[in-house]
Amino acid sequence: MVKTSYRITYILLLLFLILLVTGINTGEVEAVLEKGISICLSCIGIE
Amino acid sequence: MLDIRRLIQIGATVLSNAWLLFPFTKTIYQGKLKSICVPGLNCYSCPAAVGSCPLGALQTFFANLRPTLANGSYHFGLYVIGVLGLIGTLVGRMPCAWVCPFGFLQELIHKIPSPKLEVPGVLTWGKYVALALLVVLLPLLVVDMLGYGENWFCKYLCPAGTLEAGLPLIYLQPQLRGVLGWVFAFKVVILTAFLLAMVFTRRPFCRTLCPLGAIYSLFNKVSLFRMVHHPDNCVLCKECYRNCPMGVKFYQGANQKDCIRCLRCMRFSCKFGAISYEVAGNAPEDKKQPAKEY
Repeated sequence: MVKTSYRITYILLLLFLILLVTGINTGEVEAVLEKGISICLSCIGIE
Repeated sequence: MLDIRRLIQIGATVLSNAWLLFPFTKTIYQGKLKSICVPGLNCYSCPAAVGSCPLGALQTFFANLRPTLANGSYHFGLYVIGVLGLIGTLVGRMPCAWVCPFGFLQELIHKIPSPKLEVPGVLTWGKYVALALLVVLLPLLVVDMLGYGENWFCKYLCPAGTLEAGLPLIYLQPQLRGVLGWVFAFKVVILTAFLLAMVFTRRPFCRTLCPLGAIYSLFNKVSLFRMVHHPDNCVLCKECYRNCPMGVKFYQGANQKDCIRCLRCMRFSCKFGAISYEVAGNAPEDKKQPAKEY
């Protein structure tokens, strides 16, 4: 069987972890919460 | 007895929609759990939803990008991209099979006895078009005078939103019935079409239009968890294809874009040891045994 490389996998894991932490540090979690707790009528085709 | 995957699907559906007080509150859950993006397609405007849909959250970031930048906030959606990227890099499209409530619904409806049809292969590329256009480009580029865009996928297409949020909210809040328009009628037609299609074809929405599945599928070939095909053991009986909830022809190669890693082919279909999986290049102990002789 051909040996598969996982180097790209580990690079991607690190990259997305950095993106996640950056997003959290810039207040995006609060932005998701703010949007999620109000009914978005236009988002579901009402209005 | 229920299969372990079915139990996990039920558990994930219940956990994603655990706000059971909505018949009394008449509105959606508004607690802090809504800041967490769930891994499957589950509308955050569903009255019972306790988490946020990553697709809805991502579109909102893109649609509001210009005003938030103008206000000095640098919200590019990195939190959601990070969550989706991490999940995809770890397990690829596995959430579609194990924890997506809308995928679960499609599998249940497909059990209704009927003639079964196949989705034309070309339609399976539609989900990438939906992702590029409705989730990314249109919310970013089509904006009003104040710079705000729209959640195009949620507003004009998502059948999960119509089923889980639109219809229940109209029932719970009768005053909303007065503002229904052609968009909602269009979405009900789409939902009805997909509900019908679910009877006749395997997971039609996942295969043709789900942008979330499209995102996860990009990681199938590079994820930490990977399926493995052993061509020397494969007798091309095509049992894997016949039993696959996504209609994947596993005998043509592992980790195809529509493989959702449900493991049904490995556990219930292949009797020849032609299908296994590995995690970071390591096969589990019970999968290291040589193929059975037939």
